[in-house]
Amino acid sequence: MLVYLIKRFFMTIAVLLLVMVFLSLLVHIVPGDAAKTLLGPRASPELIQKIRAAMDLDKPAYVQVANFLWKVLHGDLGTDVFTGVSINRLVGSALPHTIILAIASLTLAVLIGVPLGVFSATHPDSWLDRITAILSISFTTIPSYVAGLFLLLIFAVQLKVMPAIGLGKEGNIKDYLMHLILPTVALAITWIGYLARLVRTSMLEVLNETYVRAARASGLSERLVRYKYALKNALIPTVAVLGVGLGSLMGGAVLVEVIFNRPGMGMLIYNAIKTRNYPVVRAGVLIVAFLFVFVNFLTDLIYTYLDPRIQLGKQQR
Amino acid sequence: MENAIASQTRKINLERFEILWDILRRPQGAIGFAIVFIFIITVIFAPFIAPYDYAHQDIPNRFQGPSVKYWLGTDHLGRDLFSRLVYGARIALGVAIPSVSIALSIGILFGLLAGYLGGTVDNLIVVLMDSLQAFPSLILSLAILALLGPSLINVVIVIGLTWMPNYARVIRAQVLSAREAVYVEAERSLGATNQRIIFSHILPNVIAPALILAAMDLPWVITFEAGLSFMGLGVRPPTPSWGVILYDGFYNIRLSPWPVTWSGLALILTTMGFTLFGETLRDVLDPRLSGTRGI
Repeated sequence: MLVYLIKRFFMTIAVLLLVMVFLSLLVHIVPGDAAKTLLGPRASPELIQKIRAAMDLDKPAYVQVANFLWKVLHGDLGTDVFTGVSINRLVGSALPHTIILAIASLTLAVLIGVPLGVFSATHPDSWLDRITAILSISFTTIPSYVAGLFLLLIFAVQLKVMPAIGLGKEGNIKDYLMHLILPTVALAITWIGYLARLVRTSMLEVLNETYVRAARASGLSERLVRYKYALKNALIPTVAVLGVGLGSLMGGAVLVEVIFNRPGMGMLIYNAIKTRNYPVVRAGVLIVAFLFVFVNFLTDLIYTYLDPRIQLGKQQR
Repeated sequence: MENAIASQTRKINLERFEILWDILRRPQGAIGFAIVFIFIITVIFAPFIAPYDYAHQDIPNRFQGPSVKYWLGTDHLGRDLFSRLVYGARIALGVAIPSVSIALSIGILFGLLAGYLGGTVDNLIVVLMDSLQAFPSLILSLAILALLGPSLINVVIVIGLTWMPNYARVIRAQVLSAREAVYVEAERSLGATNQRIIFSHILPNVIAPALILAAMDLPWVITFEAGLSFMGLGVRPPTPSWGVILYDGFYNIRLSPWPVTWSGLALILTTMGFTLFGETLRDVLDPRLSGTRGI
């Protein structure tokens, strides 16, 4: 077990190093001069040279990779070549908004999706189960940006009951939360449907297990059997999915942040892409990848803790 | 002899028909099939279905609601939304099929190599796939497209590359078990080359799950492309990608609700249709795979 976790840890480190190398080489993989694309066709050669130097582009590729790795390992993401602001500061102010949004959505999805799934599994083939089935499959097929636009259209533009864009007034928690509602729902919808389906399937499986029948036979109340014994085991696959989910939520968050004009990581990356500010794009993407890999590793740990029967080392690979 | 072949062909045709019948018998499958059917008809006959040219502008009649003249209304340049959505279906499928094909073929190649050769090659490929999957796919695509610049071809390449690791993984897992099968053992002892074993014996046996995965990925690739186009990094205006229509509608959302409403609905319905159809097809073809597909 320990061996597996150590191996997994080093794999994670290897993946992160590769990610960094890949991101610093990306500039070379694609055709054209990054500094020229950034400044446009009419820039003077001196300016291009200056920006190339600022972006390290005048050095050989391996030096660039080494410089980038060295800086990142020392906690320095570089400097925004346009404004001279440290990228650490840009990320520092954007990241909390994205994490809050992702966690709020995932929480909402769990709070609605899991009870729906449990209800369907404990009342199979009832009409409510069928409605839940239709609803959850429809929910999984709504892309988060379409959900975001529809919510914006209905609640902010037509009914005018919700604030449309931004974070709200600074320091006003109630206003901040009001501005969080629509983006959170938009990101959560897919996951509500997905979790409901997942929990229903795994709960149905668990309810047929011998230990559940044994618990029933020994006279425990149906409530106790369902929620104390069955649900606990049925939720194990859900945990694994939630880990991956947090990562894909970060992807969806980019679009949702653009729609609701929230200054999070998505907005940071989006604006940097529009101005072709490559160092900021690279740093933003790197931070998101770091989070994604880290959460996946954490999920594996929780997973083994929840179900000691799982011996990850014995799976293929 | 000829009779035997004829009866064999008839049997296969009958089986195909039975699969379709099995799908249509289930309500989910019937709804899914209907939507996919309408979608494909729209793609094929777009010029006959669309009443106007998708770029035809009628500025005095911009931001119209649905009417007899413009069935679904008009956009900010007075272009007919229905015609744009109909042509948009072509773009959607025109991006999705090549992207998935690229992902599938490269993924199959990597999966076969990793699974069959094992050892260092396997470890290298697995770490490479892990690194590619360390980015949420949307963010990886954004980073690459930011440098490549937006265009139809670039979108296809980028989607193909970001979705490829999924297929490599599925194929690799299948190859790992097929490699130990008795028929492979038999081939090897008869002196067959690695190449022959991989392509003539293992590949045909492991490809089915990847093909089902590919079919079920089509709608996600469609929404993915629309998302990229919505960000201004996919298909460029005036080409009527659903993402572009959504983007135009978003910027004028206070002036007219219709562009966002219709293009959003088109995306949701298409995804739903393909998903329902794909899931039913999977259940009919191989009940063991039921519930294997995530998001």
